[in-house]
Amino acid sequence: MINLTINGLAVSVEEGTTLLEAAQSLGFPIPTLCHMEGLTPYGACRLCIVQIGQDEKAKLVTSCTYPAQEGLEVRTASNRVLKARKMIIELLLASCPQSKTIQDIAAKYEVRQQRFKQEYEDCILCGLCVRMCEEQMMAKAIGFRGRGETRSVGTPFDVKSDVCRLCGGCMYVCPVCELRCTYNEPEKAICGACSNLSPPCVEKEPFDDMMCYMDPCVVCEIQK
Amino acid sequence: MNPEVVSNILQKHRDVRDGLISILEDIQSQFGYLPSEALKIVADETGTSLVDIYGVATFYKSFSLKPRGKHLISVCLGTACHVRGAPSIAEEFEKLLNVRAGETTEDQEFTLETVNCLGACALGPIVVVDGHYFPNVKRTAVAEIIARTREGIDKIEVKTDKRVFPIEVSCQHCNHSLMDSMNLVDGYPSITVTASFDRKHGRLSMSCLYGSYNVASEHVLPPNTVLNLFCPHCHADLSSGTDCSICQAPMVPMIVRGGGMVQICSRKGCKNHMLDLSGINL
Ligand code: SF4
Ligand code: SF4
Ligand code: FES
Ligand code: FES
Repeated sequence: MINLTINGLAVSVEEGTTLLEAAQSLGFPIPTLCHMEGLTPYGACRLCIVQIGQDEKAKLVTSCTYPAQEGLEVRTASNRVLKARKMIIELLLASCPQSKTIQDIAAKYEVRQQRFKQEYEDCILCGLCVRMCEEQMMAKAIGFRGRGETRSVGTPFDVKSDVCRLCGGCMYVCPVCELRCTYNEPEKAICGACSNLSPPCVEKEPFDDMMCYMDPCVVCEIQK
Repeated sequence: MNPEVVSNILQKHRDVRDGLISILEDIQSQFGYLPSEALKIVADETGTSLVDIYGVATFYKSFSLKPRGKHLISVCLGTACHVRGAPSIAEEFEKLLNVRAGETTEDQEFTLETVNCLGACALGPIVVVDGHYFPNVKRTAVAEIIARTREGIDKIEVKTDKRVFPIEVSCQHCNHSLMDSMNLVDGYPSITVTASFDRKHGRLSMSCLYGSYNVASEHVLPPNTVLNLFCPHCHADLSSGTDCSICQAPMVPMIVRGGGMVQICSRKGCKNHMLDLSGINL
């Protein structure tokens, strides 16, 4: 067992436990976006940052990927953490303001403004869909391509994948596509429909106008 | 695309695990790009998923998924070349070839790419066409470079061509100079070594002009023979472990005076050669 303190509270956890799991077991809330039980931690969204160490040596780490260490002092809501977290939320809002998930997080953490150049990205590169496809669906149909500014998620060569199971898992976990799936009026929502229908874009080759890899989703087609 | 070529490449890398990048490099040098069928074969035979292979192939700029043109024009946009006006040179190429950097012209003649530092900053702004270095390029010279490339970059006017310059080399084993002022080729002292092929043995004098392929040989060299080259002083075999990327014959490295290495292909008729001037102070 490993002994550490979280917000002053002593706790002992099994080796290999992440700080996120340890904090959550004590009931301390930590927002997450790219983390999902059952998928390998990825550390992409940076939302789950916590502070470790003391005074000058204190630093921010992503709790979803950081393993508990003997004697570690963790703070989940220090001023520094709160400030950095707000900034991260602002940046997420700047890239994908249309995402309901991100909006909810922003509301919860009282981020009321966004000072950066507004973009409307289709993807925040959280990698949930890629991990879902590989780790839960054992399909490896989609993955990251390119790097830097041109990094994107999709199938090899952007053509219909012959290993995709049409399970809809990737779309289900995506924090950005979600809005398109349910649209913003619940009566009109066809959430879940996409996972029963074969996703329209999968039938189309090559994809264009990509949002997640299944774009345009059923809703978008109806809206057009 | 010939699937057998891909299989052979895979065969060569069979024992090296995690050799994906080397495999892709070999495929790229065979075909000039990474054909999608080739990547599928690699996926099938190595068990690496196609998504991962595609991810690696799109991550590195040196891999191309599209066929490249006959001639590759690389314009350096590294810091040193940048401050000396490389962006306007790249722009001029884009304008005259009517493609953007990274694209290939419709007639499949030229691929234009920009690179970040070729390690020859002192010669900047620098443009490399099919392995030939054009130093101190001015915007006005761009049209001429294109025209020259179209004509065939290998046709070189030894006397007037600025790309041709003499180098002095020595044996990498005994460090003895290989320059021979008794036997002139192209009017300059030649690089003289002992060449053997087909149980024949004799003197081979090569032009010391970088970019010229003129030689004088004691024996008639039939085209396509792979020559064994030896140092006339220490008699060591000059060939190295690396193979020519074009014809797979052994490459022969020699030390360039002033720093750097030059490598030439040992096959008669193969024009592959590489000059690596890193470390030279011009
Ligand atoms: S729908 Fe296809 S791409 Fe998406 S998770 Fe399922 S198998 Fe993977
Ligand atoms: S498509 Fe969605 S789930 Fe996949 S990386 Fe982008 S934002 Fe994340
Ligand atoms: S949840 Fe930890 S970085 Fe996204
Ligand atoms: S910057 Fe162009 S060669 Fe170094």
